[in-house]
Amino acid sequence: MNTLLIIVLAPLVASIVAGLFGKQVGRAGAHWVCILGVGLAFVLSANVLYGLVYGGNPVINERVYTWMVSDGLHFEIGFLIDNLSALMMCVVTFVSLMVHIYTVGYMHEDPGYQRFFSYISLFTFAMLMLVMSNNFLQLFFGWELVGLVSYLLIGFWYKKPTAIHANLKAFLVNRVGDFGFLLGIAGIAYLAGTLDYAEAFAQAPAMADQQMILIGDWSWNAVTVICVLLFIGAMGKSAQVPLHAWLPDSMEGPTPISALIHAATMVTAGIFMVARMSPMFELSPAALSFVMLIGATTAFFMGLLGIIQNDIKRVVAYSTLSQLGYMTVALGASAYAAGIFHLMTHAFFKALLFLAAGSVIIAMHHEQDIRKMGGLKKYMPVTYWTSLIGSLALIGFPGMAGFYSKDIIIEAVHESHTWGASIAYYSVLIGVFITAFYSFRMFFLVFHGKERMDKHTREHLKESPWVVTVPLVLLAVPSVIIGALTVKSVIFGNFFDDVIYVHPSQDVIGVISAHFHSVLGFTANSFKHPPVYLAFAGVAAAWFIYLKRPSIADNMAKQFSGLYRLFENKYYVDHFYEKVLAAGSRGLGHGFWKYGDEAIIDGAMVNGTANTIGRFAGWARKLQSGYLYRYAFAMVIGLSGLMGWLLFKS
Amino acid sequence: MSSVPLLSLLVWLPIVGALVVLFAAGRNDGLARILSLGTAVVVFVLSLGLYTGFDSSTALMQFEEITPWIAAFNINYHLGVDGFAVPLILLTTFTTVIVVIAGWEVIQKNVAQYMAAFLTMTGLMIGVFSALDGMLFYVFWEAMLIPMFIIIGVWGGPKRVYATIKFFLYTFLGSVFMLVALIYMYTKSGSFSILDFHMLALSSKEQFWIFLAFLFAFAVKVPMFPVHTWLPDAHVEAPTGGSVVLAAIMLKMGGYGFIRFSLPITPDASAQLTWLIIAMSLIAVVYIGFVALVQTDMKKLVAYSSIAHMGCVRRGLFFPFIIFAKGATGGSVLGIEGAMVQMISHGLISGAMFLCIGVLYDRMHSRNIADYGGVANVMPKFAAFFVFFAMANAGLPGTSGFVGEFMVILGAFQANFWFAFLAATTLILGAAYMLWMVKRVVYGEIGNDNVAKLVDINRREFLMLAILALGVLALGLYPVPLTEMIHASVDNLINHISSSKL
Repeated sequence: MNTLLIIVLAPLVASIVAGLFGKQVGRAGAHWVCILGVGLAFVLSANVLYGLVYGGNPVINERVYTWMVSDGLHFEIGFLIDNLSALMMCVVTFVSLMVHIYTVGYMHEDPGYQRFFSYISLFTFAMLMLVMSNNFLQLFFGWELVGLVSYLLIGFWYKKPTAIHANLKAFLVNRVGDFGFLLGIAGIAYLAGTLDYAEAFAQAPAMADQQMILIGDWSWNAVTVICVLLFIGAMGKSAQVPLHAWLPDSMEGPTPISALIHAATMVTAGIFMVARMSPMFELSPAALSFVMLIGATTAFFMGLLGIIQNDIKRVVAYSTLSQLGYMTVALGASAYAAGIFHLMTHAFFKALLFLAAGSVIIAMHHEQDIRKMGGLKKYMPVTYWTSLIGSLALIGFPGMAGFYSKDIIIEAVHESHTWGASIAYYSVLIGVFITAFYSFRMFFLVFHGKERMDKHTREHLKESPWVVTVPLVLLAVPSVIIGALTVKSVIFGNFFDDVIYVHPSQDVIGVISAHFHSVLGFTANSFKHPPVYLAFAGVAAAWFIYLKRPSIADNMAKQFSGLYRLFENKYYVDHFYEKVLAAGSRGLGHGFWKYGDEAIIDGAMVNGTANTIGRFAGWARKLQSGYLYRYAFAMVIGLSGLMGWLLFKS
Repeated sequence: MSSVPLLSLLVWLPIVGALVVLFAAGRNDGLARILSLGTAVVVFVLSLGLYTGFDSSTALMQFEEITPWIAAFNINYHLGVDGFAVPLILLTTFTTVIVVIAGWEVIQKNVAQYMAAFLTMTGLMIGVFSALDGMLFYVFWEAMLIPMFIIIGVWGGPKRVYATIKFFLYTFLGSVFMLVALIYMYTKSGSFSILDFHMLALSSKEQFWIFLAFLFAFAVKVPMFPVHTWLPDAHVEAPTGGSVVLAAIMLKMGGYGFIRFSLPITPDASAQLTWLIIAMSLIAVVYIGFVALVQTDMKKLVAYSSIAHMGCVRRGLFFPFIIFAKGATGGSVLGIEGAMVQMISHGLISGAMFLCIGVLYDRMHSRNIADYGGVANVMPKFAAFFVFFAMANAGLPGTSGFVGEFMVILGAFQANFWFAFLAATTLILGAAYMLWMVKRVVYGEIGNDNVAKLVDINRREFLMLAILALGVLALGLYPVPLTEMIHASVDNLINHISSSKL
């Protein structure tokens, strides 16, 4: 228990020191305290995972403190440490540590140095709270807190108009997701009467048949409703269509956080969450289909957009979107283990690709347009080779980390009987070609071919300092070996037994396992299936179009100008959000304010009442003018009237 | 405990303090400030006695004092508090300290009078929260408005006369009906004791009219759509301290009124008219949310956000009736406790937001969002506080703003999915209007020369914002001390209102 507390509190304390006492501890003090804090968290996390896997340590499910008790509901802060959370802890702290070290080099001229370290350590704390939670309340805490830090970091350079636009957008789109997520949590509290994972999952089978009446007499399966609501949360955080629009814009933030938050860790929180909730999702085939189709759409259509991006970070960002789609598809196919496995391998190679992109950006003096790069290979050997490793891992080159995770997802979808699986299968299959194509398009344009940068930049091109390259190398190692090393136990072994629940009829991993004999055999066997060839074809096509015959690319853009425009405008989703939703909201607000509050309520009702009384009073005042003849006259009229009435009455 | 009339002390000490400030330090501004701070701190420390001496295991009234006042009408000077009143009294005394600190250098005109007005108001507001006699309550309720009029009318902005008259018309119209209802119940029960009113048997027709009479009074105070338009005007014209007290405490009187009068006295009418209150409050979430989005004046924006947040309180108080109608009770405690937590939390956060705007206004003499931009460049410490409180106002977990809303949404789900759905839109709208304002005020390049000349907050301002920030965090990370205190009273209230009086 104490170990766990140290794991979460070390980054938090470091963050507070760097954030509140940044001036006192200085730049070096800030980065040392944060690196040590996160480093400590990593070492202890690794120890926890080791103890669970090899030491035979039991799963920990403990309360830290009771946050609140109300209405019989216990709201608690506590930890659930099993293989899933321990794995996530290691991934998070390792990537975070690499990013911390890298930041020393990347941000060393920035005036907000201490603030940056404070934020990324705070992020590590929040992410750890999220993955280590044993209940929905703390999950939501972590969930929103990582969103806050993401907001602060995207807008880190708060003078940049694009950055502060992007962070607002990111927060709001995420809030749309959280809106669903919170309702999902409320649904769990309603049906299960608890927010504790273990207690809620224990009741899951009993919930399976409950119905909820939403509109009229139309009743829905309650679990389906809850799972879809929870998944809407995941769509926000893990940037699934149509809540994906914030992620490409988040690239306005400094590159280290693009690697840490918007590639390796935070955006995978949605995937983690659904895997954690597997006992719920397994009860609802409808929700799983929904998950799968959203994932397939994201994987395919976002990959396509990666092809036409010219900003080095945006290419990687669209690639992240597409890969998150792959993970989501895996969840939909009930292959949760495969989704988590891809999450892990992706964390390493995508963090690597982002940090390598950052290294290129430093060398290029913050030029991010790949059309102005080229031939960087000879200037930046370490960045070149690590980028190559990252790209190969991403496209699923046999033997590399991404190969195992992606291949298993594709096979799992192939075996799946969930409604929509065939669409998803072709999406992820063609996606392999697309991934290889955009990855190597970028790779070739940056590192090979003609040197298209201006003379000044070329003269200053050089490899980045060691604080930058060492994390690249350290991330390249797992990008190569982690897949081959762990696939046997994580996917085909018993790593996720008792952690992830899969209904026997949907156990696609089980089906694949039947054919699994050895890692080597699995690798060799892949040559009998299309994905490997699709990946090779993608690389070859990129080589031919962008290195061999650069004219083809321009011609194609002209030939398919309509399609090109559609891609360039990102399917017009952003237009819809900004021109219709945002502008519509402002218009609506203005209408309510000017017509509702000012014209009707204030104008007609409040001031109207006051004016009416005023007018009435003005009229009544005339009766009391003080002129004697008027009173006398009134008396005469009154008297005659009264007498006349008495006379004529009888 | 019983030997010291703690509640009387809390009511009258600030008022005596105000007189001393007025007469002893009328000309001496420095002395007036120190005396006022001293009084406010002593009152706050004394009020902590309510917390330490409070027995949270019972719903009975505690610290009771009763003396005949107008014996002919059986009117008593009767004070006492339960789990609903104590947190609100603590909030009041705490806010007073902050308000005195906030006015320290800012107020240069008639310092003694300004401070005296606030101290008087504190005493009267504590009186409202602790009165157990209907007539006494009414006296405090009306008297409390007088210092507020003076504060807005003397230290307020250019359109202060319109704002005070609007404020007066609205609130006075409401209270008159309440007085009628109180007198009617006196004729039925022969006493003005609020606790007797709770037990008074009333027919459904009587309940209906009494409920409406109270509704007028409390709906205006809360304020409930569509009788909310006085609030933005009053806030805009009020000086910073006035806005803080208005938002932090006066709005809570409406919520407290529902808890103390409407629900327990007329449970059947409450159940019957729940749809009205909930419909109005759900309209308010969306309607007010959108209106807040397009405000150009920071104070108006925060004022509208207050209306939206207080909507959450009303939902929390009234959806339990829908749960009762289904024959269940699960979720109703969450609603009422959530409403209480939300009131306290809103007191801290909206107070802090108005103080932040005051900090800017003192320097630039503008509340117009368009006059700002890039404040973070010149006021980094201030920017950190501003973003923090804006996030708290948007209901970020870990801050107090989350707790109440979370409880109410969780509970509302048990009443009806669509209530929870609409209530949860505040998650999106609240973030939208707060953060859009943050973007335009705090972030960006320095907007103009005036912004460039701004200086960061001084120690006094840092102190008041830091204290509030700690409060917001403490309540967000560990709400138990607050919820423990109200459990017994909530259970008792639920018991009382879930059974019909007919």
